[in-house]
Amino acid sequence: MTTLTDDVKDPATDDASHDGHAHDDHSHDDHHHHIPKGISRWLLTTNHKDIGTLYLWFAFIMFLVGGAMAMVIRAELFQPGLQIVEPNFFNQMTTVHGLIMVFGAVMPAFTGLANWLVPMMIGAPDMALPRMNNWSFWILPFAFLILLSSLFMEGGGPSFGWTFYAPLSTTYSGDSTALFVFSVHIMGISSIMGAINVIVTIFNMRAPGMTLMKMPMFVWTWLITAFLLIAVMPVLAGVVTMVLTDKYFGTSFFDAAGGGDPVLFQHIFWFFGHPEVYIMILPAFGIISQIVPTFSRKKLFGYASMVYATASIALLSFVVWAHHMFTTGMPVEWEKFFMFATMLISVPTGVKVFNWVATMWRGSLTFEIPMLFAIAFIVLFTIGGLSGLMLAITPVDFQYHDTYFVVAHFHYVLVTGAVFSIMAAVYYWLPKWTGRMFDITLAKWHFWCSLISVNVLFFPMHFVGLAGMPRRIPDYALQFADFNKWISVGGFAFGLSQLIFLALLVKACRKRGEPVSDQVWDGAEGLEWEIPSPAPYHTFDTPPQIK
Amino acid sequence: MEQNVKPKTSIDEGSLRAAPNNAKTVTKLVFVVIGMFGFGFALVPLYDVFCDIAGINGKTATTAAVYEPTLIDESRSITVDFITRTNTGMPWEFSVQTKSIDVHPGKLAKVDFYVRNPASRDIIAQAIPSISPGKAALYMNKTECFCFNHQPLKAGEEAIMPMTFFIDPQLPDEITYFTLQYTLYDITERVDEPVSVAMNKSQGR
Repeated sequence: MTTLTDDVKDPATDDASHDGHAHDDHSHDDHHHHIPKGISRWLLTTNHKDIGTLYLWFAFIMFLVGGAMAMVIRAELFQPGLQIVEPNFFNQMTTVHGLIMVFGAVMPAFTGLANWLVPMMIGAPDMALPRMNNWSFWILPFAFLILLSSLFMEGGGPSFGWTFYAPLSTTYSGDSTALFVFSVHIMGISSIMGAINVIVTIFNMRAPGMTLMKMPMFVWTWLITAFLLIAVMPVLAGVVTMVLTDKYFGTSFFDAAGGGDPVLFQHIFWFFGHPEVYIMILPAFGIISQIVPTFSRKKLFGYASMVYATASIALLSFVVWAHHMFTTGMPVEWEKFFMFATMLISVPTGVKVFNWVATMWRGSLTFEIPMLFAIAFIVLFTIGGLSGLMLAITPVDFQYHDTYFVVAHFHYVLVTGAVFSIMAAVYYWLPKWTGRMFDITLAKWHFWCSLISVNVLFFPMHFVGLAGMPRRIPDYALQFADFNKWISVGGFAFGLSQLIFLALLVKACRKRGEPVSDQVWDGAEGLEWEIPSPAPYHTFDTPPQIK
Repeated sequence: MEQNVKPKTSIDEGSLRAAPNNAKTVTKLVFVVIGMFGFGFALVPLYDVFCDIAGINGKTATTAAVYEPTLIDESRSITVDFITRTNTGMPWEFSVQTKSIDVHPGKLAKVDFYVRNPASRDIIAQAIPSISPGKAALYMNKTECFCFNHQPLKAGEEAIMPMTFFIDPQLPDEITYFTLQYTLYDITERVDEPVSVAMNKSQGR
């Protein structure tokens, strides 16, 4: 354990002691021992923990920005008729809300968690490519600056939905489309660099004895996610490039008049888009697989089957894209293929859900905050999964297509799925990061307010969707008024609940609260719980011994 | 202090061992990224290939077929409906002289389409065909079609556009009836040629 304790020092006090290191034999990596103060620490950092923190704060800010846009949407939909915003601005809100939540909140949050945790979990001193790591974070704010600034341009920002279907994005879009395309390019480059970093780290930097099948589930799910990212983000880059050239340079990839086909856009987009939704949920599976065993005080049930299930979900995600476009007209045989392939995904997903439940079965359960979020995840994600199964059924999808039922489905898997898992992860590892327990009272308020309001927000959407309310429309028929009022109330409550989270995080970062032990949670297992709390600036300069 | 008793060798070995490995792994992954970027573009021709093979999407051939008066299947006749429409913002009047015909597979048939440009500007049009059910598109052979070329009309002009076709006798028995739709698009802005030059029917390009 001497190797583990030799870095027991707070980043803040590290500067004082670095002089002692300056003339020792480690001068070749002496950047390890200088922590610049102030803004340049954050601008120039190559430390995986700093970059993880940057990613997480960035994601949280984007979550609040995207959430504010959702508040605009819900305010407009509070009652039928047009009262608060122009339809064109409403469309910009739905578009940018989607883009920000997908590319600005959920994906960077997972990358931030990967930065913090993957090296600590596999016993590596840092990410494999620390400078690229710095770059992949710091281009991200510029991407979103470009996207958000387009909202203030003449003609407004992108208003064609986050899926930017042609010809909406090619023929009928404003000039901000160029900004949209470039910002998506930058986001794509950022996540590709992040993914390459994760893969190289996991392949090359594991401590001796850390075999693949000994890796924690979070590392496994991120490894598979990273492969999905490098496989499909380039396809997204390709399709936005085609939109750009169709709009500005006279090509006709998606223009029937020039021999192209708008339906081709949907095929290419969803070839990216479906793996993308698993990019946003596989790391969540990893997080839940870490948390549930800790608070059940049992080993994860069916570790190997979890690994294989994750890999199968990832492979299947490449052959189901056309279930997003059943109504575009396809041969019946193809619709059947995509329907059955989609339903097949529920098998490995079911394996995971049953494994989590089996892990809890007869465990000594306790219900700390991370566990509350994890259990809420399991229940509510399963609801989202089941509505997904309903949408997979081709003939039924003809009715549900483009209704609020779809909105309910993907918010159950993305908000109560991905976002809840990120919150669970933050509550689970925050004491390890800060060295102190967060404010449990605030956390309980945050959990219960979020849990109740999120269901008031999204559950009634199933009903208005089944009754035929179309999505992405700023007005609706009178019979949907009562439900929409409830949905909006739930939306505002959910939005406000996140301010509790903000208060809690600010408090935690100011190092308030009781100091915690190295293990933090009794029952927590893994390398990250063997290093001191708070996690020292540098960990595992010497590889740990893996039993 | 304890801080100086780190076993240095393990760090050095570690970094020496890791460095070339990382470069190799990164190179491989970058190739995957480039390959997938290319794959995104490869989907464009692949899409057409798949539609051709499967005979979906109702796209007919874009070049003229050669008519060989071999077998005419007089045992059955196929009903072909014609629908004409213009894209949003396209001002032309566009109609078909014969709304529906019955034709034996293998027999040559001719249909005339009427267009008029009521606008006060010269317009170049492109007609895009679409057949429903899509499978029939594989058996639709056009020997002459206005859709193979750009169609220019000066302001106020009108024209008759002919289309001759025969249905492949291999047409599956279950198809007894199909619809051919033409949509006219205004492509004046994407074509550089002046209308007067294009008027002599010297191929659109």
